[in-house]
Amino acid sequence: MSQYRVSGRGRVDTSRPVSFTFDGKTFTGAQGDTVASALLANGVHLMGRSFKYHRPRGPVAAGSEEPNALIGTRRGAGRFEPNTRATVQEIWDGLQTNSQNKYPSLKFDVGAVNDAAYMLFSAGFYYKTFMWPRSFWDKVYEPFIRGAAGLGVSPTEEDPDHYASRNMHCDVLIVGAGPSGLAAARAAAVEGLKVVLVDESPEAGGTLLSEPQVKIDGKPAWDWLAAEVEALKALGVKIMTRTTAIAYYHQNMVGLCEKLTDHLATLPADTPRERLWRVRAGQVVLAQGALEKPLVFHGNDRPGVMLAGSAQTYLNRYGVLVGTRPVVVTSHDSAWYAAFDLADAGAKVQAIVDIREGVHEALLTEARARGIPVKLSHTATATSGRLRVSKIRVNPVRGGQVGSGTEIDCDAVLMSGGWTPSLHLFSHTKGSLAWNDDLTTFLPEKTPEDCVIAGASRGLWGVEAALRDGAEKGREVVAALGKSGASVAYAVADDRTGTGVSMKELPTDRSPGKAKAFVDYQNDVTAKDLRLAVREGMRSIEHVKRYTTNGMATDQGKMSNINGLNIASDALGKKQPQVGLTTFRPPYTPTTFGAFAGYHRGSHFEVTRKTRIDEWAAQHGAAFEPVGQWRRAWYFPKAGESMDDAVRRECAATRESLGIFDASTLGKIEVVGPDAVEFMNRMYTNPWTKLGVGRCRYGLLCGDDGFIRDDGVIGRMGQDRFHVTTTTGGAARVLNMMEDYLQTEWPDLNVWLTSTTEQWATVALNGPNAAKLLAPLVEGVELTEEAFPHMSCVECTVAGMPARLFRVSFTGEIGFEVNVPAPMGRQLWETLWDAGQQYGITPYGTETMHVLRAEKGYIIVGQDTDGTVTPFDAGMGWAVGKAKPDFVGKRGLARPDLVAKGRKQLVGLLSEDGSKLEEGAQIVFDPKQPIPMKMVGHVTSSYDVGTTGRPIALALVEGGHDRLGEIVHIPMPDRTIAAKITGTVFFDPENARLKI
Amino acid sequence: MLLIHCPYCNETLPEVEFAYAGEAHIARPVNPSEVSDADWEAFLFLRDNVKGPHYERWRHLHGCGRFFNAVRDTVSDKFLTTYEAGAPRPDLASLTERLK
Repeated sequence: MSQYRVSGRGRVDTSRPVSFTFDGKTFTGAQGDTVASALLANGVHLMGRSFKYHRPRGPVAAGSEEPNALIGTRRGAGRFEPNTRATVQEIWDGLQTNSQNKYPSLKFDVGAVNDAAYMLFSAGFYYKTFMWPRSFWDKVYEPFIRGAAGLGVSPTEEDPDHYASRNMHCDVLIVGAGPSGLAAARAAAVEGLKVVLVDESPEAGGTLLSEPQVKIDGKPAWDWLAAEVEALKALGVKIMTRTTAIAYYHQNMVGLCEKLTDHLATLPADTPRERLWRVRAGQVVLAQGALEKPLVFHGNDRPGVMLAGSAQTYLNRYGVLVGTRPVVVTSHDSAWYAAFDLADAGAKVQAIVDIREGVHEALLTEARARGIPVKLSHTATATSGRLRVSKIRVNPVRGGQVGSGTEIDCDAVLMSGGWTPSLHLFSHTKGSLAWNDDLTTFLPEKTPEDCVIAGASRGLWGVEAALRDGAEKGREVVAALGKSGASVAYAVADDRTGTGVSMKELPTDRSPGKAKAFVDYQNDVTAKDLRLAVREGMRSIEHVKRYTTNGMATDQGKMSNINGLNIASDALGKKQPQVGLTTFRPPYTPTTFGAFAGYHRGSHFEVTRKTRIDEWAAQHGAAFEPVGQWRRAWYFPKAGESMDDAVRRECAATRESLGIFDASTLGKIEVVGPDAVEFMNRMYTNPWTKLGVGRCRYGLLCGDDGFIRDDGVIGRMGQDRFHVTTTTGGAARVLNMMEDYLQTEWPDLNVWLTSTTEQWATVALNGPNAAKLLAPLVEGVELTEEAFPHMSCVECTVAGMPARLFRVSFTGEIGFEVNVPAPMGRQLWETLWDAGQQYGITPYGTETMHVLRAEKGYIIVGQDTDGTVTPFDAGMGWAVGKAKPDFVGKRGLARPDLVAKGRKQLVGLLSEDGSKLEEGAQIVFDPKQPIPMKMVGHVTSSYDVGTTGRPIALALVEGGHDRLGEIVHIPMPDRTIAAKITGTVFFDPENARLKI
Repeated sequence: MLLIHCPYCNETLPEVEFAYAGEAHIARPVNPSEVSDADWEAFLFLRDNVKGPHYERWRHLHGCGRFFNAVRDTVSDKFLTTYEAGAPRPDLASLTERLK
């Protein structure tokens, strides 16, 4: 065993050695160690390099607030995580870890040159250094910043782990299983309430794990703790360890992240790595404790310099001496106890240096008894030692004057600047904070949530106070839940409470401009940076934070916030509450994206809606494209065909003989009721009263602003029944809009709206042979021009299936849409497919559909319109029922801007050189005008694979309808293309082909 | 995540079942053609964007499907009440009184 492992101390099991690697070297720790405690037990303090200056760093804390000791952890292929805190990662046999931010090695790092050049890297250096010349930005500055930025490296492989998420409901959720949390849990559990107690550590106990000398109800702390945990479990308390309350959301919902496998040597089968819990609690008790503050002095970041309370934790919880010759520097009593504990464990404490003039006589007596030299009214002004602290310089302070310094040899410096209540989750609730001058910190005040805060997190120090407050707050939540509980008292002995003063920087005899006194360790923010930010005009703490990056590291200011505030308020000459505190935001500690994503990854990220014919399309080699949430057949390439080849063939086959198309994704809404026709008149721009049963009409839907929202063919199936179709992506939106008007504007109308999109499978047949194929299969209607003209609809039987048959065309060819109950869709398709072989029936996808409709000038809402296009802009004034007294959009269409000249209007475009225009390309009238040119529209649709023999395009052009025949210009990166404005119909303008 | 009370279902349910639908008590004019350009503009676009109690519409989209109204404090995100569409504006003073 190394000289730093103290036998008989700690909760680790030294009889079960665990071996792991750090930067390729194998180390041995004990079962129960963290990476940090195991490395410290091996005498290793140097664990990383800082972000900006690449200064050597060791752990400064022992818990999740650690800013320095960030490591990469690896478990075989795919399982790599950067920026894990060495102070929370438990070791297991075979764990591989590495340090970060160093090249070529941790002990010799080239980037540390930044440290010598620190004058260049002061607060706001990004803004100052990289300002000019502007041409340097792309080639020099940005690559440099990107290369230097970032902590650790990103994993490169897909994460093989899975992550779970669960909901939970309970009466009382308690965050933090230290003394106050345990006492609150008991108070609630004895009343029969459902209690959940969570703690981020591997075991419950909190402070008690670091303070074994305390006696509770006559028992040593750890014996009491073990019995209490068992007793609480017996009372039904759910105790969740390795579980961090990451965020407090509205109405008492708390997010928990439970780590399940990161501490295990062997991964159990089918176990998620982490589980995100969404807990809805009747009452929440926040018992998160307090965090120790570092002291701010030159060299306070050297490996070996750490928080006194953390040194005490390493000793008492892990059985590790962080040094054999430590010096203690403090402004608070608590560090004295750390000195005593380390001395009792065999360390030769070199000195206790306290900034205060006097302390309790009892502390002095105890120090004397251990032979520890005490230096009151002393400050620390420097440390030295290359990769580990070897000396500390301390100076007397008399009447505000710093005297000359003396150096003390040491191998560790234990510092304490007092304690800061952990108010993170309380702040998530929008709880208000009040500044407390005595404690020099913010304390919780009021919260809008059903939440209480207990123990050290509201500034009560010591185990006894925490137990008493936890019990009291427990009774409060019991009462809030309508029960009454008896008060519980705990008898506590050998408790250690204390007081202290809170400092800004420690007084120093050095030139302030040269001091490297760190406030935010990870981001290398010094006291000097904060004062510089104030000198340069930052007044709000939020600006100081962003200018200096203080508190923006992965520890979220857990260590730096109050020190930063004290220094900024001193520099501003204002009290701390006037300067304010930055906002704590979730998550409390860094949380994996995996935990948030949970099951929603890969194909589970979003649903994929498939039609009944999707499987047939897949079997026939379709390429697919996503449309909304639907997976739609895009085109059906034959062997060796490119997309263009396939679309050209599909287009030709449809125009020449027969194409078959799966239109099932079209939105369908059944509008039914005595007032159905009145409702349709009010919703759609078109008139519906005179549409006979068995007829259908192209319907256009606007918003009340007059802009096109959606379109589709609508069939009148009965006097009181309409079969409304919508665009594929617009179905839910249109139904919501209809419901909105029906429920809130016209509740007097007796109409029912039902989404039937998924109830019908829809197969479209288009081509000169469509009627010939279909006629023999249809019962109930003759497919002749007379009996069933274009724009007819009927309920009939198709191939023995009950069907709604529409004669409509989105291609310009004779067209039918057959709707059958969805489960029959595949059967219908295959029947038509088999019967259509005689006509060379050709399946086509959405691309061919787009080309054929563009040739006919049929718009696609959302492609040829963009939410600012009116029916008149789109050249579809014919669809507007001008005689109707009102419809949604009628008043909007009369708005001054919508009737003004020079609106962008939909036209056709034919390039002069026969090239295909690019969709989205901007259009100008005069290509010779100086840049920036006045853009007068853009290309909305463009295709060159159709049946018209030349590329065609649709475009929105300013005043386009009055410019037919004019030439416009489309500037592209390499050339400018001239194009002639035409009408929107490129094929069969007489609609001769629609006749049977 | 908010919990929202649907006045039609008379159940308090998670936010994911609901969809926000803008400010409440903005009635579409009965005869839009008679409305001035300025009034129509106000109806279409102008909203109060209040800081504090806000009358607003929600739809119990993945439940009963009904639109209803709510008063929600836009600072605290707390619902003061929810009520059926068409019902008059509840009195703010009594709502804030009840919260105390």
